[in-house]
Amino acid sequence: MQENNSVGIVAAQIAHFSEPLTLKSGVVLPQFDLVYETYGTLNADKSNAVMICHALSGTHHVAGKYSEDDKYPGWWDNLIGPNKPLDTNKFFVIGVNNLGGCHGSSGPNTINPKTKKPWGSKFPIVTVEDWVNAQARLADYLGIKQLAAVVGGSLGGMQTLQWTITYPERIRHALVIAAAPNLTAQNMAFNEVARQAIITDPEFHGGDYYAHKTVPHRGLRIARMLGHITYLSDDAMGAKFGRKLQDTIKYSFDVEFEMESYLRYQGDKFAGEFDANTYLRMTRSLDYYDPALNFGGDLSKALANVKAQFLVVSFTSDWRFSPARSREIVKALLDNELTVSYAEVTAAHGHDAFLMPDAHYHQILRTYLSNIQV
Amino acid sequence: MTNNVNITNSVTKFRQDFAIIAGWVSFGTKILDLGCGDGALLTYLRDSLEVKGYGVEKDDVNWLACQQARINVIQMDLEDGLSGFEDQSFDTVILSQTLQAMHHTEEIVQEMLRVGREIIVTFPNFGYWRNRIQITGGRMPVSKILPYQWFDTPNVHLCTIEDFEIFCKKYKILILERSVITEGKSVNFMPNLLGSLAMYRLKSIV
Repeated sequence: MQENNSVGIVAAQIAHFSEPLTLKSGVVLPQFDLVYETYGTLNADKSNAVMICHALSGTHHVAGKYSEDDKYPGWWDNLIGPNKPLDTNKFFVIGVNNLGGCHGSSGPNTINPKTKKPWGSKFPIVTVEDWVNAQARLADYLGIKQLAAVVGGSLGGMQTLQWTITYPERIRHALVIAAAPNLTAQNMAFNEVARQAIITDPEFHGGDYYAHKTVPHRGLRIARMLGHITYLSDDAMGAKFGRKLQDTIKYSFDVEFEMESYLRYQGDKFAGEFDANTYLRMTRSLDYYDPALNFGGDLSKALANVKAQFLVVSFTSDWRFSPARSREIVKALLDNELTVSYAEVTAAHGHDAFLMPDAHYHQILRTYLSNIQV
Repeated sequence: MTNNVNITNSVTKFRQDFAIIAGWVSFGTKILDLGCGDGALLTYLRDSLEVKGYGVEKDDVNWLACQQARINVIQMDLEDGLSGFEDQSFDTVILSQTLQAMHHTEEIVQEMLRVGREIIVTFPNFGYWRNRIQITGGRMPVSKILPYQWFDTPNVHLCTIEDFEIFCKKYKILILERSVITEGKSVNFMPNLLGSLAMYRLKSIV
């Protein structure tokens, strides 16, 4: 019953690109791999493709399971599947692991073909613009000239926005969710603390810890714990944990409050499966993203060539990517007389709300997506 | 699909006030409808005049109805002003039967004049004789156009046609056109007494 609207058992694929890719930094990647998954069927005129852009810790595994007894499905499984808001009976959905990621695409933990050793610290810093260029290569590879839509939340929303800027002819609809046109100083400060936790971990070895057969577990764990605090709202944390104790007060620094147990669990889990070098690069990419920078800070001018139609969504309790930041995007779109709808969803979950199956939020996406012609 | 049926109904059911507004809006122009509800007016203007329309709506259910009707809709509270919209960026800004429910009445009219080259404001005329009779009888008026009890009404700033025109004078607002209707019929004689809905096309004098 539960599996009725699942995309079912899925498998990742690898696309190899032998044409060099010039990054925003000027560094040239002579070749690279992207790991990706697809759900649904590409139609005859290839007009029904939807690209999903992942956020900080996301992957190409967006929906479905790898085996029947797989414990968890892909990270946005509640959105994608037959008769789900992003309906795979209608759309051909592509999930891709970004360049510099740690789930199979070329990144710090993969082998540099030139040296036959892990890239480590030598893997270049990649930006949102670079990711979008790499994703466009994947679209080429799949024979898709124009995407019906690009969908992304948070850092994924920034990539979605960038798609409309870099490739105005190749994207018809942009769903920009819980995003911002750039990070605030406070937001970048969180990233800096996270990076410092990693870089000052004695096991970091300047990013070349693979050679030392170790990982900066402590640093990455603290970075993730900090991140988790900012993804939840004060109210959501209060509702979930409050001041609940695990037992009685013990006058120690062990786990006593349930919130501590949650943070440590999340930190450990993440540090056990994610790569610290990727985390550094993802946060840097967030910091650098600022499409208005070359337009005197005027986002409206930065969007002058955009043609896509937009759905922008924010969440009332999201303080890391607040509704005010989404409204900046909306204003710039209105200034360019673009087709845009904006929803401000009343939600208690903070930034994490964009991943939750809130009924109204999903109805918004379902309605918008059902109006897209393929 | 009951929703689709509803939308069809709201479009096909003739509304005199929509027809008057359509007469005040030019073909293919850019329109902002504040408190656009389910998007019925914008749908009507889009289908009849091919306007480029945007709606502003606070309510979740209405927002979805607009989205279903493929109306561009921005979810925000009008009481916060129109800071997301540039000066003189719309041909016409419409406030249809919402003025009386605004807390910041002066601010919203000023904001409309800032954003729109022309504005259209419509409101239930509190001076309508049926309202006067109910007041004379010692009760707050309750009618089809003012369907609320005093304790649950969203209408906080009701006014008469006379009141509104004094307001326009005070704020240097030029009345380009006025239309007053009762039960869908136009009222030319003693409008402040005999008219139930007042409609204005306005612009800033300066």
